Amino acid sequence: MNLKRNIRSIQPKLKMDVLSPDDIAKIHEAALEIMEDVGVRFPSEKALNILEQAGAQIDRSRMIAKIPSTVVMDAIDKAPAHYTLAGRDMSNDLALDGKHCYLSTDGCGIEVYDLETGIKRSSSKKDIEDSALITDYQDCIAFYWGPMVSAQDVPAEVRPLHELEAAFTHTTKHIQPETIITEPIAKYAIEMGAAIVGGIQELRRHPIFSVMQCSTDPLGQDKGSLEASLVSAEAGVPTGFMPMPMSCATAPATLAGNLVITTVDSLSPLVLIQIAHPGAPVFFAAAPTAMDLRTGGYTGGGPEDHLMAIAFNQICAFYNIPLSMGAYATGAKEPDWQAAVDNSFAGLMPVLSHTALLTGVGLLYGSQILSYQQMIMDCEIYDIIKKLAEGIEVNEETLAVDVIKRVGVGGNFLAEKHTRKHMHNIWQPVVFDRTPYDAWEAGGKKGAYSKATAKAKWILANHKPTPLESALQKELKRIIRAAEKELIR
Amino acid sequence: MQEQELFAKMSHTILKGEIEEAGELARKAVEMKIDPIVAVNNGYTKGLDEVGRLFRTGEYFLPDLVAAGEAMKHALDVFDPFLKSRKTEKKLMGTVVLGTVEGDFHDIGKGIVGSMLVAAGFEVIDLGVNVSAQKFLNAVKELKPDILGMSALLTTTMPNQKKVIELLEEAQERQNVKVMVGGAAVTNKWAMEISADAYGEDAMAAVTVSEQFAATSVKNQANLTPTINRIRM
Ligand code: B1M
Repeated sequence: MNLKRNIRSIQPKLKMDVLSPDDIAKIHEAALEIMEDVGVRFPSEKALNILEQAGAQIDRSRMIAKIPSTVVMDAIDKAPAHYTLAGRDMSNDLALDGKHCYLSTDGCGIEVYDLETGIKRSSSKKDIEDSALITDYQDCIAFYWGPMVSAQDVPAEVRPLHELEAAFTHTTKHIQPETIITEPIAKYAIEMGAAIVGGIQELRRHPIFSVMQCSTDPLGQDKGSLEASLVSAEAGVPTGFMPMPMSCATAPATLAGNLVITTVDSLSPLVLIQIAHPGAPVFFAAAPTAMDLRTGGYTGGGPEDHLMAIAFNQICAFYNIPLSMGAYATGAKEPDWQAAVDNSFAGLMPVLSHTALLTGVGLLYGSQILSYQQMIMDCEIYDIIKKLAEGIEVNEETLAVDVIKRVGVGGNFLAEKHTRKHMHNIWQPVVFDRTPYDAWEAGGKKGAYSKATAKAKWILANHKPTPLESALQKELKRIIRAAEKELIR
Repeated sequence: MQEQELFAKMSHTILKGEIEEAGELARKAVEMKIDPIVAVNNGYTKGLDEVGRLFRTGEYFLPDLVAAGEAMKHALDVFDPFLKSRKTEKKLMGTVVLGTVEGDFHDIGKGIVGSMLVAAGFEVIDLGVNVSAQKFLNAVKELKPDILGMSALLTTTMPNQKKVIELLEEAQERQNVKVMVGGAAVTNKWAMEISADAYGEDAMAAVTVSEQFAATSVKNQANLTPTINRIRM
């Protein structure tokens, strides 16, 4: 049964800033100074040629481009502020219009807490199908990012294409892989996308996938990622670059210093893209954090992350380009108290700063382990955040003075028509446990985790996403076979 | 300056992670014709021990440790030619060639492992990131390290650790070096599967197994020079 529901995005009213306009200007100027004086490593001849033509000063031996601030600003001005991330089903299109926040899954995990056994194991292509299917069902999740885990049971050379196939066939929502990191793979991915929507021109109008890259902090990019993004941008497929500077390791210990690195590493590749393909849809992305001071680990959660999430969105708003912010993504190893604390803050903060894209739900241990339960529970956190961020509406109807007068002193509002009209706006939990104590005890002390387990199992058993036509399924397989032929040596 | 005063200062540069100063004091010791081994043991190592203690008690953080390691390395670099000329070839715990495998650019973890090994008294040669199997093999042939350390963070690049081991076998170099693997994606199971000699779950584990290798190494036992005390976590 196809149990499709409409996507629940957030239109936040609440707004929180952590930087003053003056602070933003200072970070912007520092970023320009670094790009101009120190430069950024672009280890791709193609990229360096494009930057050189635009006026950057190139050090060929170190593959570093020093980009004058005028070149940066001219290029960035060409980037569109608003555009649409399309879904295979058009009712799942996401308008990046500066007003909505959309939630995705987290991505590129390598292990899974098996839903049946609870045991941690390696991830496979089937996990992508399952997590995409849950994404398709969950109205909170607007797009599938990642893929959530790596398909370790298929050959590494063509893995991203298998992953894309698994996602395309199990959800009609937009897909944003983080694994299209070489030019040949990007070309095949574009071919797959074009096949589904009916041609390369149609893909430009209706980009059913977009491409996220990682920057190589500090002050660097990756060859494959740059070249993959250049061909994607040429095809009109939206692309963005995500730095993850870790304060103390790949960024200064101070948060302002980290934000300078984040800005340079996220902005500089967009400059390249806009020079090469003016007006191509691009986005900022970031997951800045602080190093764990004892182990050197990527913390994934902590007050610094939350502050930088708000700050960086303010910076992106200044450039007028949408941002995808690393949200949720707890460092906890199990779906526990730490995961809930981490993800509540990490989910809330980017929404309070009106971030367009939030990546995303369901992974633990610094984006390494998939938990289907965590996926469901993170959606609940999102739901609470949605309610919070949408604030309080004050007008004649909501003030309800007439109703208060009618009920008067000491009465109650239970049977009022006004109550029945508005009660659906009151937040209702899906997995939060609110059963009375005795009932809870008698029911085997089941809490949110048990409910989330049952819910995930139920979705997998019952939801059938709109299938991809069988001819198209065959075409995707044909493209993957062609890629295997070319790329597996 | 008195010898004792110099040793105290050496210890202090390690404790405070004063990298340049550590090198300067080593040059001073050379000028004063102080035996480098004595300077290391009575000076710098005292600082390292204290750094280790402070890290254990939670007062020091990883950057303190890394800076201490760097300062130590600076001092040892100054002493290096003098130690070599005395034919005390294996003056340290041993030599480690370290790198992140081909296709992989993650280097934070590898860097930490490298610094900790330096702090523990190993000589570390870091080949950087995206290191090809051939380059690892060449390094093993040329530098004859005691340990070869490979970091991989991606499930797609893990197989390159295996490739290196196979290449070492083909070139009949495998028996000459202990192979240690690590990185987020790597597990003990994987290490066993590819017949690596050791798996380092974190930097501490990497140091511990390297020390075990050093203790059992024939090369090291034949060597009469004192080993440097290590930071113990
Ligand atoms: C020799 O003996 C030894 C012994 C012990 C050894 C050892 C060697 N090496 C390490 N150890 C051990 O000791 C260290 C200290 O305790 C430890 O080292 P670690 O390196 O594990 O730990 C460090 C101290 C801190 N940890 C880290 O530095 C890694 C953190 C995470 C978040 C991470 C980061 C920061 C980065 N990344 Co990457 N990145 C992730 C990581 C997820 C995670 N939570 O681990 C992971 C590994 N990345 C991933 C991905 C997908 C990618 N990343 C990429 C890029 C990057 C950045 C450049 C942005 C950045 C690296 C910056 C840098 N200079 O290194 C890309 C690949 C680039 C490439 N070709 O290498 C890209 C492909 C993304 C893209 N689309 O571009 C995922 C891998 C998925 C998979 N299937 O394998 C990933 C799990 C995150 C995720 N879920 O998306 C131990 O493992």
